Amino acid sequence: MSAPIIELEHITKSFDGQMILDDLNLTVHENEFITLLGPSGCGKTTTLRIIGGFEHPDQGRVLFEGKDITELPPNKRNLNTVFQRYALFSHLSIAENIAFGLKVSKKSKAYIDDKIKYALKLVNLDGFEHRTVDSLSGGQQQRIAIARAIVNEPKVLLLDEPLGALDLKLRQDMQYELIRLKNELGITFIYVTHDQEEALTMSDTVVVMNQGYIQQMGTPENIYNEPENAFVADFIGDSNIIGGIMLQDELVQILGVKFPCVDSGFGRNKPVDVVIRPEDVILGEPGAGRLDGEVSHLIFKGLLYEMEVMAGGFEWLVQSTKCFPVGTPVSISVDPYNIQIMNKPESEDEEAIGVQE
Amino acid sequence: MFRNKKTRYTMILSGPYLLWIIGGTLIPLIMMFYYGLTTADGGFTLSNVFAIAEAGHAKALGQALLYSAVSTVVCFVLAFPLAVILKNSKLGTKGFVVFVFILPMWMNFLLRTMAWQVLLEKGGVINGVLTWMGLPRMRLINTPGAIIMGMVYDFLPFMIMPLYNVMSKIDNNVVEAARDLGASGWQVIYKVLLPLSVPGIVSGVTMVFVPALTTFVISNMLGGGKIFLIGNVIEHEFTVGDNWHLGAGLSLVMMVFILISMAFIAKFDKNGEGNLL
Ligand SMILES: Nc1ncnc2c1ncn2[C@@H]1O[C@H](COP(=O)(O)OP(=O)(O)OP(=O)(O)O)[C@@H](O)[C@H]1O
Ligand SMILES: [Mg+2]
Repeated sequence: MSAPIIELEHITKSFDGQMILDDLNLTVHENEFITLLGPSGCGKTTTLRIIGGFEHPDQGRVLFEGKDITELPPNKRNLNTVFQRYALFSHLSIAENIAFGLKVSKKSKAYIDDKIKYALKLVNLDGFEHRTVDSLSGGQQQRIAIARAIVNEPKVLLLDEPLGALDLKLRQDMQYELIRLKNELGITFIYVTHDQEEALTMSDTVVVMNQGYIQQMGTPENIYNEPENAFVADFIGDSNIIGGIMLQDELVQILGVKFPCVDSGFGRNKPVDVVIRPEDVILGEPGAGRLDGEVSHLIFKGLLYEMEVMAGGFEWLVQSTKCFPVGTPVSISVDPYNIQIMNKPESEDEEAIGVQE
Repeated sequence: MFRNKKTRYTMILSGPYLLWIIGGTLIPLIMMFYYGLTTADGGFTLSNVFAIAEAGHAKALGQALLYSAVSTVVCFVLAFPLAVILKNSKLGTKGFVVFVFILPMWMNFLLRTMAWQVLLEKGGVINGVLTWMGLPRMRLINTPGAIIMGMVYDFLPFMIMPLYNVMSKIDNNVVEAARDLGASGWQVIYKVLLPLSVPGIVSGVTMVFVPALTTFVISNMLGGGKIFLIGNVIEHEFTVGDNWHLGAGLSLVMMVFILISMAFIAKFDKNGEGNLL
């Protein structure tokens, strides 16, 4: 992997005596698209603001290319932010908005004019120079906010839920736009969202946060397929999370039934959490699988049917291309490599921290 | 007569206001125009209005413009930084500070001005303190400085309120965006806060400038009758001079200034952001 560009070291931050970030450590590499993902209030924006220089951490350091920038004000940091609610300057035209940072840094007029043209082209808004901020739609304002940030050629772009206010269709379009932009510019993106799908689609690296702790960090595939704890499994997509007992290596007991799996090293008879994705549950003729049950709900979801199956005293969430009407007796089986075993958290605190190796 | 109940209610409810407008605004206005545009024997004339060009009157108008312009600038220079500081301060203390600055506004205008008289007089409080410290007395009252002081003191709240109002409505994200794009603290003030508070500045400036322009109480009490502003001239014509026609004619000229100011407010403050209420 390329060199680190931003490093957060032991960052602690509290507001009004309430701990928001507790000993947070994070390394962002050059040219990485990294996403902070987590539920509302988990400290994503606070983390971003500490990187941007808008909040001062109570403890810890922020490094930029190895240099300590903790005490540097925002205007002295070589990074730019795209704010959640755009924060455009309503007293300036679109061109003047984009030129703001360049004028402050005293670039020549020719250079500025070139940059405005280039940036508007990049965000597909050529010819918008003389429009007013008020006359733009939400999506257009968002793109201007991005243009305004990138003309300064920051090494790192911070984006705080930049698509939060847009409708679904526009969001998806903008997701592709952002990925294209990132590839064209070749800069580092630190992106904040609470939308797991957005995080999985766009990022090189996903950082799942909860209550100020990093729960898990990894590639989207890694986070989706191998969640390290029940929180991550639950937050990333729908899951069946069932309490079980690891009887021995590669054998787990759930709902009183033994399931072969591929995990090992948990010891004998150890209580664990078992995660099974709904699309990995295989339905069949009664008696053909490990557990028998009955379909209790059915929804058509476009590509797939989503069903709930009552089996072994647990309501299984199942996704399948085949339709099993409500009331159908079925059996349930799961391929061993689709069973994900996780340590059970032993206390509330550990639940928040997540299971660390 | 009334087509339905609703219109009748509307009529009854708006009645008192209608009376108020007629009695409090319309009739005085008509009287002013009548007196201003007639001679003592009732004939039409514009001489009362053009009298503003007479040397004494023009000088008084010039003085009044100068004094009120200076006071307006002083008020702005005091109020703008305060509004910026208040914007950046924590929520709890904000209301209190504004309250302290607005407090004098609730005291009677005459009383406030009189208090300055007592402070600035030859044997007044300030000179008393100076004498006590063994310093020579100073001539404070009946100077241009005293009048400016009085105007600033009396009208400062009218500058603070609209400025504080617009300033506190400016989205903090916008300020942070400017910082993010490399602006220093000063650059944020003159590139973002100043232009965004123009509506408040315009209404603050007019709300100080217009009353300062027409005042005669302050110049009477703190100027000792030596400094004649246009307000003093008009007052003089109505009272001592007993020439209502001339007084009303000069007042009509002042109304032009008020109308210009109102046009300014309407142009810059389309959303009523700088309004007091
Ligand atoms: N300036 C502040 N003063 C007091 N509390 C704050 C402040 N900023 C943030 N907080 C608190 O810190 C916690 C984390 O806030 P943060 O904005 O980082 O959450 P978030 O993960 O971005 O959430 P969301 O997805 O809703 O934007 C919240 O409980 C919030 O109330
Ligand atoms: Mg947030």
